[in-house]
Amino acid sequence: MKEKLVLVGNGMAGVRFLEELLAVAADKYDITVFGDEPHGNYNRILLSHVLSGEKQFDDTVLNPESWYIDNGITLLAGRKAVAINRGRRQVIAADGTIVDYDRLMLATGAKPLALQLPGGHLRNVLTFRNIAEVEEMLRVAKPGRNAVVIGGGLLGLEAAWGLARRGMNVSVLHLMDRLMERQLDAPAAGLLKRSLEERGLSVLLSAETQGIVGSGKVEGVRLRDGRTLAADLVVVAVGIQPNTELARQSGIQCERGILVNETMQTFDPRVYAIGECVEHKGQTYGLVAPLFKQAKVAANQLAGAGFARFEDSVMATKLKITGIDLYSAGNFTGGEGFEELVMEDPARGIYKKLVIRDNKLAGALLYGDTENESWYYDMMRDGSNVSELRDGLLFGKGHGGDAGHSGHMALAAMPDETEVCGCNGISKGAIIKAITEKGLFTLEEVRAHTKASASCGSCTGKVEQILAFTLGGDYSAAPKEKPLCECTDHSHAQVRQAIREQHLTSIREVMNFLEWKTPDGCPKCRPALNFYVIASWPAEAKDDPLARVHNERVHANIQQDGSYSVVPRCWGGLTNAKELRVVAEIAERHGVPVKITGGQRLAIPFIKKEDLPKVWKELADNDMMSGFAYGKAVRSVKSCVGKGLCRWGTQDSLGLGIDMEKTFWGAWTPHKFKMGVSGCPRNCAESTIKDFGAVGVDSGWEIHVAGTCGVRVRPTDLLTKVATAEEVKEYAAAFLQLYREEGHYMERSSAWIERAGLGYVKHKIVECETNRKALAERFFAAQKHAQVDPWVERGAQGALPEEYAMLEIADMAA
Amino acid sequence: MNTSTPTWTDVGHLDDLPKPGGRKLRTAAGDIALFRTSDDEVFALADKCPHRGGPLSQGMVYGRRVQCCMHGYNIDLASGVAVAPDAGQATPYAVKVADGRIYVDLASATAGCACAGI
Repeated sequence: MKEKLVLVGNGMAGVRFLEELLAVAADKYDITVFGDEPHGNYNRILLSHVLSGEKQFDDTVLNPESWYIDNGITLLAGRKAVAINRGRRQVIAADGTIVDYDRLMLATGAKPLALQLPGGHLRNVLTFRNIAEVEEMLRVAKPGRNAVVIGGGLLGLEAAWGLARRGMNVSVLHLMDRLMERQLDAPAAGLLKRSLEERGLSVLLSAETQGIVGSGKVEGVRLRDGRTLAADLVVVAVGIQPNTELARQSGIQCERGILVNETMQTFDPRVYAIGECVEHKGQTYGLVAPLFKQAKVAANQLAGAGFARFEDSVMATKLKITGIDLYSAGNFTGGEGFEELVMEDPARGIYKKLVIRDNKLAGALLYGDTENESWYYDMMRDGSNVSELRDGLLFGKGHGGDAGHSGHMALAAMPDETEVCGCNGISKGAIIKAITEKGLFTLEEVRAHTKASASCGSCTGKVEQILAFTLGGDYSAAPKEKPLCECTDHSHAQVRQAIREQHLTSIREVMNFLEWKTPDGCPKCRPALNFYVIASWPAEAKDDPLARVHNERVHANIQQDGSYSVVPRCWGGLTNAKELRVVAEIAERHGVPVKITGGQRLAIPFIKKEDLPKVWKELADNDMMSGFAYGKAVRSVKSCVGKGLCRWGTQDSLGLGIDMEKTFWGAWTPHKFKMGVSGCPRNCAESTIKDFGAVGVDSGWEIHVAGTCGVRVRPTDLLTKVATAEEVKEYAAAFLQLYREEGHYMERSSAWIERAGLGYVKHKIVECETNRKALAERFFAAQKHAQVDPWVERGAQGALPEEYAMLEIADMAA
Repeated sequence: MNTSTPTWTDVGHLDDLPKPGGRKLRTAAGDIALFRTSDDEVFALADKCPHRGGPLSQGMVYGRRVQCCMHGYNIDLASGVAVAPDAGQATPYAVKVADGRIYVDLASATAGCACAGI
């Protein structure tokens, strides 16, 4: 019997919570959703674009009604929940509908603050909160008509801009002496006012509204100073407040918002709350990023995992008015103990202010040049020490050389010819042209049309930035779980879950069960499914060579001229005279050089495909085997010489490196998996940029995970410290297995850990010994089936002719 | 395709090709990629991707397409044309299957492929 979960509030936070929950515990609950509005879930942030005409309502729909049906969710759209009977655990709607719950989630959002003004009831006096109100506005918004927006905050200004785009004469009335006083200081607010006025808006500061006049419908707005402004439409946007009515009535503790702890639980342990209706540690939230975090935490809790916690995050705001770049985050007002770095260039309309405390960035306010917002945001969130960057901090990340190329270059300032995608030779101008001419909105579309970032992917961040500044506020990186590929609507996680739960052991079974839309799948899903079934059912699943990417299918790396390189194992990077002789003879016979690889191996390049089996046979006859240098698999284990040779060595890194490679070879992984073992913290084996690294210290080994040093550089995270080499292997097996079970195909461990969270991985592997041992056990059980040398199979035992030989015509007819 | 009477050359058996998959056929006039779909349709293209000349015979066949193993261009097997938004064409050859044998008209590559290669 499933438990019953009721969600009150069909908005962005609530539905994001459902998505997060379904991703981790799809079958735990029978879910019912109450929503005031008569449709599915839409992106409220984009309402200002619907108002301005830059988007249609359909473009803002996040979850159409079919999504609820597909996920077995009962959606009661247009039915307002009016009471909760906590004793009986029931939610009661205005139309008398009663729904029982075991767990209740309140995501009732916020409502606009009302102004108690004479005339506030008149027709065409609206707030700006939902699509119905936007549709109301659009009925009145005709060119030449007058609109008055009361409130010069974020929402008011976006409404004003939208109405101005529709041709209305718009006046903004703001009670304070500067616009957006919660997000801007005086100089930035001044620049914003100027920009808005240049765009034809009229801005009245320190303007107190006395009343709204008209008979039946609105005709004007009267100010305290006696002036009256003509108005066909009045939009009241003076702020929002948490919508706590339902919670309050049913006796759930509320202050400004519904009080929750860091697991998003209210004072009633069966009732949770997230979103704008919530108050956590005295703080309420109105921006989407922290709300999505709350959704993730709540999903983790209600799925029964119970380890995620909500922490206060840095609040950041961006104004979505085309052509006005404005960003503010954190504490930008400063004060005692804070330092301020300020740059002003009024002629270019640029103002930047950074607030620093104890050598850490506490806040940022950017106007006119928001290029580096994400860089600043990351530093604020991470609490990075900025003392060494201080000289160039205001100028952004590109200042003073962009060491490592990992960062955001000042793309906006670059000429159009600048090459963005080095793999495919795509310039900035070509990308912008494709975006504007072909109406592209997503990274995938840009990849499909230009190939930019479609190869190694290292320029993905730059392409996203180009999208962001080309589209302005229209671009929002899609945070949703995407389908695995175009052949299915299911995400990686959903596919993996079905494979586990339905005991699917072949690609065909997966495709049948999940109703794949294409008969053969595609080059994206076939290798992924092949890996998923093998990783889930190692003893039963049968490898499908035709679903392997080319290099894995032929067990060698294809080179640009169509020949192949052969890389045998050298356990732990150690070789000897006999092996060298074998490699030398092969190289000599084929007239090719020998290359030392980055993973401390010997590569024999330029071998023709048809010669591969005989090269392998020669290697196998001399006890040398495949190095799997071609596979999404455990690669080489790089090691330094360790304490047996090195005067600094504290541990036998070479011995452990060899042992590790012999233990772990043959395991297939979502993406390639590199390991390193260093004998001391000098770290000559570079273990801290590997997927798994062990670094010897006097008392044992440090275990580092999820590093990478390829298209991006990411040092490892320290997982834990252990005393013995045996423990290193147990942790390696557990880490590998968790990654194999939860990583998406083609996702490096570094990307996976950023998605899953280091805390989660630590929880699973370090904190919970039982779980670690179970993971390691599953890994070693799978290894029994995995450690098969494909070269022996094809070299010594003979390859199938169609695998390696080509067809030839003896006598040419043409 | 060529309008004159085709000259068919026997190049092998259907089962010489993986299903679905491709294989290289060496000819004096250059390499040809032979493909077999999961429906046992057979196609022949010049073994040269219009993108950077990669061997199409080594790619992954899915539906009536092959993805080049070098940089991931997707090519329509029947026409040799790259799937939009990619552009270009690999030269198609006339091919037929009779009694399990595969026949290619090696002269057929001359027509209808003015835009082949790069």
